[in-house]
Amino acid sequence: MEVKDASSALLSNYELLTDLKEQRKESGKNKHSSGQQNLNTITYETLKYISKTPCRHQSPEIVREFLTAMKSHKLTKAEKLQLLNHRPVTAVEIQLMVEESEERLTEEQIEALLHTVTSILPAGPEAEQKKNANSDGTMDEEDPA
Amino acid sequence: MFVLVEMVDTVRIPPWQFERKLNDSIAEELNKKLANKVVYNVGLCICLFDITKLEDAYVFPGDGASHTKDEILIGKIKGCSPEGVHVSLDFFDDILIPPESLQQPAKFDEAEQVWVWEYETEEGAHDLYMDTGEEIRFRVVDESFVDTSPTGPSSADATTSSEELPKKEAPYTLVGSISEPGLGLLSWWTSS
Repeated sequence: MEVKDASSALLSNYELLTDLKEQRKESGKNKHSSGQQNLNTITYETLKYISKTPCRHQSPEIVREFLTAMKSHKLTKAEKLQLLNHRPVTAVEIQLMVEESEERLTEEQIEALLHTVTSILPAGPEAEQKKNANSDGTMDEEDPA
Repeated sequence: MFVLVEMVDTVRIPPWQFERKLNDSIAEELNKKLANKVVYNVGLCICLFDITKLEDAYVFPGDGASHTKDEILIGKIKGCSPEGVHVSLDFFDDILIPPESLQQPAKFDEAEQVWVWEYETEEGAHDLYMDTGEEIRFRVVDESFVDTSPTGPSSADATTSSEELPKKEAPYTLVGSISEPGLGLLSWWTSS
């Protein structure tokens, strides 16, 4: 066996999620899945891991929109992939994922980047609920009993 | 973190599988060979992605997980030992954050077997425990591949049970660091 290209393409968590789900559907139809213990284990565990990441709320349209919006921010492919996979919400996370961010990005640019990320990539219904619950909470406190 | 790796291989389809569709048999053989296995200097193989060419030499891209240096990942603390903090990404367990790469100052609590960040504020030191099961954000600073292919008859006799099992070296390990702002337990940095 020979490795021709150890990095022929970067895969986003979303792409892998889609691919693994597809494979799981296919293997469900296939009765010859005996002896595929390793494959079953790794796909199960990998699915478990990436299902907890923000990619579970993504779709091809969202990914496309994100990449288009990212063009103006001048980041490398690997950096954009990190933002896509992690959906950072704070400036300190951006600084971790973008190399030499202090030299390449001003504070305003970091804010703009955060805005792009959080507005295009969905947080998920749980996070949205939490946000609404918080704002409801303060309103209740102000309302007369 | 996940990449497509292009490989070439010759696959032998056992005769009793001849009735199946060729692609299915080949896919199954390739997955059996590679899934959940470490490919030296490449990474951990997840599964076959696609078969691009079938000829006398078969070419196929496979999904692999390799870790680019300096990548940020989120995992779960598996446990602590004097060697450092052990982290797991469900599908991959061999990640270690050594003591020098923890948020400093750090100490190892022998009684609880847990690493602690002695976070200093104006009020004094505030102990932050790195408990098992906690989600942790870390940076990949190094990876190492160990060739674990068999070298010959093993000196350890399997039938005579000794108290200590022969140490199995992981073929692929990652070294992480959390000594930067924003790294460490997620709970340390999220404003609740």
